[in-house]
Amino acid sequence: MRAYFDHNATTPVAASVVEAMVPVLGGVFGNASSIHGYGQEARQLLEEARRRVASFLRTKAEEVVFTSGGTEANNLALFGVLRGPKDHFVTTAIEHPAVLNVVEELRAIGHEVTIVPVGGDGVVDVDDVRRALRPTTRLVSLMAVNNEIGTVQPVNEIAKVCREAGVLMHCDAVQAPGRVAMDFDVDLLSLSGHKLNGPKGVGVLRVRKGVPLRKRTYGGHHERDRRPGTENVAGAVGLGVACEKVTMMQGDLRDRLESALLGRVADCYVNGDAARRAPNVSNLRFLGVEGESLVIALDLKGFAVSSGSACSSGSVEPSHVLIALGLSALDARSAIRFSLGASNTVEEVDGLVEAVVESVQRLRKLSPAYA
Amino acid sequence: MPENSKIAVAMSGGVDSSVVAGMMARGDAPVVGLTMQLWNQRRLPEIANEGATGGRCCSLDDVYDARYVAQLLKIPYYVVNLEDRFEKHVVKPFVEDYIAGKTPIPCTLCNNFIKFEHFLEMADGIGAEKIATGHYARIRFDEPSGRWQLLRSVDASKDQTYFLWGLTQEQLSRTLFPLGGMVKTDVRQLAMDLGLPVAEKPDSQEICFVPNGDYAAFIEAYFKEQGITTDVTSGDIVDRDGKKLGKHEGVHHFTVGQRRGLNVAVGEPLYVIETNPATRQVTVGSGDALMKKQFRVGEVNWISLASPTESVRAEVRIRNRHQPAWATIRPVGLTEAEVEFDVPQRAVTPGQGAVFYQGDVVAGGGWIEREA
Repeated sequence: MRAYFDHNATTPVAASVVEAMVPVLGGVFGNASSIHGYGQEARQLLEEARRRVASFLRTKAEEVVFTSGGTEANNLALFGVLRGPKDHFVTTAIEHPAVLNVVEELRAIGHEVTIVPVGGDGVVDVDDVRRALRPTTRLVSLMAVNNEIGTVQPVNEIAKVCREAGVLMHCDAVQAPGRVAMDFDVDLLSLSGHKLNGPKGVGVLRVRKGVPLRKRTYGGHHERDRRPGTENVAGAVGLGVACEKVTMMQGDLRDRLESALLGRVADCYVNGDAARRAPNVSNLRFLGVEGESLVIALDLKGFAVSSGSACSSGSVEPSHVLIALGLSALDARSAIRFSLGASNTVEEVDGLVEAVVESVQRLRKLSPAYA
Repeated sequence: MPENSKIAVAMSGGVDSSVVAGMMARGDAPVVGLTMQLWNQRRLPEIANEGATGGRCCSLDDVYDARYVAQLLKIPYYVVNLEDRFEKHVVKPFVEDYIAGKTPIPCTLCNNFIKFEHFLEMADGIGAEKIATGHYARIRFDEPSGRWQLLRSVDASKDQTYFLWGLTQEQLSRTLFPLGGMVKTDVRQLAMDLGLPVAEKPDSQEICFVPNGDYAAFIEAYFKEQGITTDVTSGDIVDRDGKKLGKHEGVHHFTVGQRRGLNVAVGEPLYVIETNPATRQVTVGSGDALMKKQFRVGEVNWISLASPTESVRAEVRIRNRHQPAWATIRPVGLTEAEVEFDVPQRAVTPGQGAVFYQGDVVAGGGWIEREA
């Protein structure tokens, strides 16, 4: 058996998305910014895709800026709102590196950053964010759904705090589609194509009308002068179709997996708040087991799961999210993330359970830390 | 085929371990390639090595090479993060040994604690009974004694047994050294024949995490990272009568037998005889004073012999490039021994290994200790 349980890393491209993209790749080569018919044909597809994304985000098409992905969208959002030489940014300890490393760079060039901690539940406290605000605060960046443990963050409550304080709010909503309702009341919002059964290499920054955003890369006047570069029409078309096909995931398969593992494996715990959680994620730690070894053992049995965050070489570093939750490095290293998708079946889940039970048993026998 | 007939190959991205992976992939047993990520390249940027030899361990280029080789061979491949273990068992002891007036060999520690201990556990974890590495050494089972033996490699110039004396019977029984019977030129030829893109990669340099072999620079950068000031090891250079001849910047700059960098002139060539961490003194003397007949070894590991109680005759090598010399080894208790050379040898250096050879067979080895 071969089965994929790593949908928070990336998702398979939906057949309908491929179907929509192939004719564009093969036949519509015009530059969407050209005046002639070839260009107009491409432009029409691009704008149609933009309207689809806008409808998914419950916003207007002119607020949708296509980017190369979630990381670029985050960079554009945070760097794009810079105003003075010493702006203050607030974000949280459990953000994705595509936000944390951006604020690290902002700090390096002289701006101020407050990283709000979280408790063991992995959910950011609204009051902690409120207390972090300063007169110089320019923007608060908060993810909608944590990519590693799946916890759902109080985005709209914090957006309200920001609005009252006159502070901009950005939401990295890359992990939100299909997990929570896309009704975020924020100024800036990032989306990624490949996390919602769309193609890689395309994403979106939604920029609310009136938010002053300066471009970060320089070139032509594409995307209403906010993101230069010849438009990736096929990618945008794919993302547009993928947005239309998003359906809410149900938690039943995840619950089946989790209750089976919690029931059959001793010293196994859920990381993060089990209730306020996306329905497709289960992040578990197995005492005395190296998560990395478990990932390899499961892969050799045909099951794709993940552990921690991959570093540049492809090996695993202890997750900064689990460390932020208060776990020791050792405990953080014993964690595995299962993230399910629409195509997973009961048979796959049951096969995975058997493989995990067997592998954990074997790895614990070898573990000096687990006696 | 039972799952435990799997073989885990330690792949560094170099030509040797790539050829091993290729040889194993040609066999019947399923093969899994693993690269050990031992050192975080972002650390100690001040000693970063951009030069042509660029050879720092675990560089991204090496990992990419290893992964490419695994893809060509169509074997599953993973990078495993052992940075914490490497720090604890290799890097820290390396620095501490230098500060303690010794000249350590991290490769032996790495073999003992990482490559042949933790790597074997990883192999267990993926259901691999055997591991294979690119070391130049041979292993065989000796029926009469019932023991696994470690032997010098056929290519004498590449022999790595000096670094492998710590292997236990269990470790030897599960390890394959497919290159032990080959010479390096044949290994490179085989890499070509297998179509491996690393066939012409230069050999790796001495200590993998120390660029250009500059130990002192590494230790100082490490101190800085850990917030330790370097003057804790500076002191006087003295002669054998205790007379002060000059000052030095830290005991970690010196190793027994060293002549360069002393900056004292007294007419005759002077060598480091001893470094004393307690007094922070570096004692120097003439070449004659370096000659030594007898010394003590600790943490002795017997390989071809089961812990002898009587004296053993063997040729003893006291550093990697040392020509082994005949000696009598008297076991002291279970883990120590007294080594007495027939003819005094130059620069017996605490912290280095002493390896006992009987012909090509490694009888055992131990760590050279400081004199009490």
